[in-house]
Amino acid sequence: MEDLLIRIEKRNDVPTTLYFFTPFIAIILTIIGGGIIFYALGFNPAEALKFYFITPISNLYGFSELLLKATPLCLIAIGLSFCFKSNNWNIGAEGQLTFGAIVGGGVALLFYNQEGFYILPLIIIAGAIGGMIFALIPAILKTYFNTNEILVSLMLVYVSKLILDYLVVGPWSNPEGFNFPETRQFSDSSRMPLLFDGLRVHAGIFIALAAVLVSWFVLYKTYLGFQIKVSGLSLKTAKYAGFKGKTMILIVFMISGACAGLAGVGEITGPIGQLHRMISPDYGFTAIIVAFLGRLNPFGIIFASLVVSLTYLGAETAQIFLQIPQYTGQVFQGMILFFLLASDYLLFFKVKILSLKKNELGH
Amino acid sequence: MSLDISFIGILIGSIMASSVPLILAASGELITERSGVLNLGVEGMMIIGAISGFALMVITDNLFIAIIVSMLSGVIISLIFGFLTQSLLTNHVATGLALTIFGIGLSAMLGRDFVGIPGKDFPILFSSLRESIPFFGPILFGHSIVLYFAFALPFLTNYFLKNTKLGLIVRAVGDSPVSASNQGINVIMVRYCCILYGGGMCGLAGAYLSLIYTPQWIENMTAGRGWIALALVVFATWSPIKVLIGAIIFGGISILQLHMQAVGFRIPVQFLIALPYLMTIIVLVVISRDSRKIKLNTPTSLGRIFYKEK
Amino acid sequence: MYKNFLRYLISAIFLITFSISAKADFKVGFVYIGPTGDHGWTYQHDEGRKAVEAAGIKTTYVESVKYGADAERVIRQLAQSGHDLIFTTSFGYMDATNKVAKDFPNVKFEHATGYKREHSNVSTYSARFYQGRTILGHIAGKLTKTNTIGYIASFPIPEVIRGINAMTLAAQKVNPNIKTKIVWVFSWYDPGKEAEAAQALIDQGADIIMQHTDSTAPVQTAEKAGIWSFGQASDMQRFAPKSILTSIIDDWAPYYVERAIAARDGTWSQQDTWHGLKEGMVAMSPYNKGMGADLVKEAKQLQKDLASGKIHSFTGPIYDQKGNILVAEGKVADDGMLLGMNVYVKGVEGDIPK
Repeated sequence: MEDLLIRIEKRNDVPTTLYFFTPFIAIILTIIGGGIIFYALGFNPAEALKFYFITPISNLYGFSELLLKATPLCLIAIGLSFCFKSNNWNIGAEGQLTFGAIVGGGVALLFYNQEGFYILPLIIIAGAIGGMIFALIPAILKTYFNTNEILVSLMLVYVSKLILDYLVVGPWSNPEGFNFPETRQFSDSSRMPLLFDGLRVHAGIFIALAAVLVSWFVLYKTYLGFQIKVSGLSLKTAKYAGFKGKTMILIVFMISGACAGLAGVGEITGPIGQLHRMISPDYGFTAIIVAFLGRLNPFGIIFASLVVSLTYLGAETAQIFLQIPQYTGQVFQGMILFFLLASDYLLFFKVKILSLKKNELGH
Repeated sequence: MSLDISFIGILIGSIMASSVPLILAASGELITERSGVLNLGVEGMMIIGAISGFALMVITDNLFIAIIVSMLSGVIISLIFGFLTQSLLTNHVATGLALTIFGIGLSAMLGRDFVGIPGKDFPILFSSLRESIPFFGPILFGHSIVLYFAFALPFLTNYFLKNTKLGLIVRAVGDSPVSASNQGINVIMVRYCCILYGGGMCGLAGAYLSLIYTPQWIENMTAGRGWIALALVVFATWSPIKVLIGAIIFGGISILQLHMQAVGFRIPVQFLIALPYLMTIIVLVVISRDSRKIKLNTPTSLGRIFYKEK
Repeated sequence: MYKNFLRYLISAIFLITFSISAKADFKVGFVYIGPTGDHGWTYQHDEGRKAVEAAGIKTTYVESVKYGADAERVIRQLAQSGHDLIFTTSFGYMDATNKVAKDFPNVKFEHATGYKREHSNVSTYSARFYQGRTILGHIAGKLTKTNTIGYIASFPIPEVIRGINAMTLAAQKVNPNIKTKIVWVFSWYDPGKEAEAAQALIDQGADIIMQHTDSTAPVQTAEKAGIWSFGQASDMQRFAPKSILTSIIDDWAPYYVERAIAARDGTWSQQDTWHGLKEGMVAMSPYNKGMGADLVKEAKQLQKDLASGKIHSFTGPIYDQKGNILVAEGKVADDGMLLGMNVYVKGVEGDIPK
């Protein structure tokens, strides 16, 4: 007689290869899960998956759209990685994005009838500052009043969206726009330069790439990066090592807010070109998935932002060609994160299957 | 605004009806959080409850079954969260967010065939008394059974937490999982139960919307109420009775701004709608400054992963 | 030099990829702002699409397309994937439609409720819903006992203000004591909020509810409260069988079929369409017998007169809230004034939100 005994042990050292491998497992599981859902909905899974994951990027325009959508996701996720690595749960990036867009958009509206090379840089800086200021609210409340940053940053998402709403419905609405809830179109000098004729991918992608490189440098090559990682592993150790926790919290929130703010101005000066009530389809929340899927690693985040961006495009294509409901995109995003988090279990715990003879159990 | 007494009664009745989903979801989430688990998936669980309740109403034509199934599906969807956070020890924040995104997408997919179907009349109780008694009539009578349940729930929850052994265990698990575990309490098991209970209540909150409040199914019909419920738990500083008060305040603000508009009072509506969120932040700041006040009700281990070496 | 070369190369590849996706059949694409089952705005556009399909023309639709960056991509994908005529059915798609139209001169575009036609392949169309509001006002003025009409409004754009004014003017004509109470929900489609707005108006004494939003929640709330209501966009009768007096129906089907056939046969040309009761783009659902046989007769007569042009919804004298004259006695408002309408007429309570 033999019995199977499953034992679970905590790993002390997580193998790096496995660490970066599990996201792929999560993606594969999601694709399988997606196929099952398509089958259940009465579609040919292979065909549906093709329209979902291949058709959207089968031409240059589609590829440009992929990059266009990945740009804000990547930027926000890079910022979030600073917060998450140091155990600061900023989940209000959507609000910081919105507020950045408000401040940047305000500057753009000031210059609506002017041209000049300095306008766009001003807008970009204003957007970054806007996001930064908005992220400082939960940071300051956390450091000086000990409030929970998860809840404060979340509440502020709605506050910033309502501020935007107020502005585009009221004081900032286009005077020639028949009271429709939107501002004027920004002037050409307020728009991100396009990289290629006919494609919408714009210079904002360089901001995202710069953010990737800078964050890699800061996280892995500087003392600040070391502090962030140590405090992420253990707050007690960080205190013991004499790190100034409060300053660090403020810094990571500012970085995170600035990145979200940049993503916001990238959208309004890029593909949108004005402010209205729906400037972001919840990029700030989706970017949390991107940050996790990218393992909080700058280069991993690039990859993850492309994958998640594809789920948005795929959902549209699948609807156009097969009339599959568009919400499958959200289902896929949720599934990716579920599977990823679940597969983390493999990382931190070893599953040992032992086969023992009954008498060895020692009764 | 005509401020006669019977009008105020009608107004209070309307506010009560609008606060029901908040009370249900927040009371459920409160138990989950008191056991030390932060589930940000409230919105996702509510919307799943809304669609499954409505779908079952259409299929079976039976409101009782619909209500039960909405709670069950809340339980089932929260089981995903429970399994991930408790058995696979995943991060509460990320898992909860994934649950919300997943739930909204899944509900819209499941609900495709149920859009545009009118709901059924949900029976209301004592409707004759509502008309005949001024002021108290519209407040006390003419509501659905779910409303009465919702208004009793905070008191039941309060009793459960303060006066029962199980409630004591839930609090112990939330405050200090390690010592609770040392005393032989199965922390994981208790948390599982609290998560599933929270899911059930959120499912019911969703069903209230799709079966009673606006009897139909529409994509995304919870429209952010799950997030307000989360805010409400914090606003109430994890005290069930204050959840009731907070829900009336939050619901009251949204109803009152409509009335102010109707009488021609010009107000920036957005600032009033933002008030619940701002008030929650202020409450958070006030309670968090004073560590004694936090200790009163706040589950100390909220959102932290508990792992026991076996 | 090199940079220019790269740009040309990429543009060339870009064009080739487009031309590869050559089409065989004539196809029509539709872009919707909401779900096809909203039983309001999008539902009616989809009914129009089905009529096109029934006429033997292939159609595709994309629902719940958000304004902003996504709309342009969806419209472009439809153009790129061989659709010859594309209807974009919400105001917010105006700029995206014109932008894509520029890059696809051989594809025809039809934009609902907008005013920009920047390229010769873009037409715009809308309906004179205000004519329907005149009928609602007449009925409401006759039926109200509290002299208070509750109006749930979405955004303070000319179309909505036009509806409020047309309704109020018609109601005043039959009942000078009428008051119109307005609640703005700042959304086209939010059932929870619309229901609460309806309830607030009912609590404030309104005994007739009408809406310029798209969900069926307000009529359901009216049904529950046992008062009258009017449906919007489609026949909402089965959501509130006792309460609904009539619904203003947007009937896009004849227009869609006509334009699709024109585009297929090569006779399509740019135009700006604003049709009403006369052409059938605006229609009234069967009148509720509960309003009494006489009133049904009056409503039907009014409908006939509005269609024939014998009666105009905005006939002077019309005054604004301060008593200034807007339209002189014996005159009617011209289309320019109607399209830019941004003041309330006398008798409406409150201010337009700014």
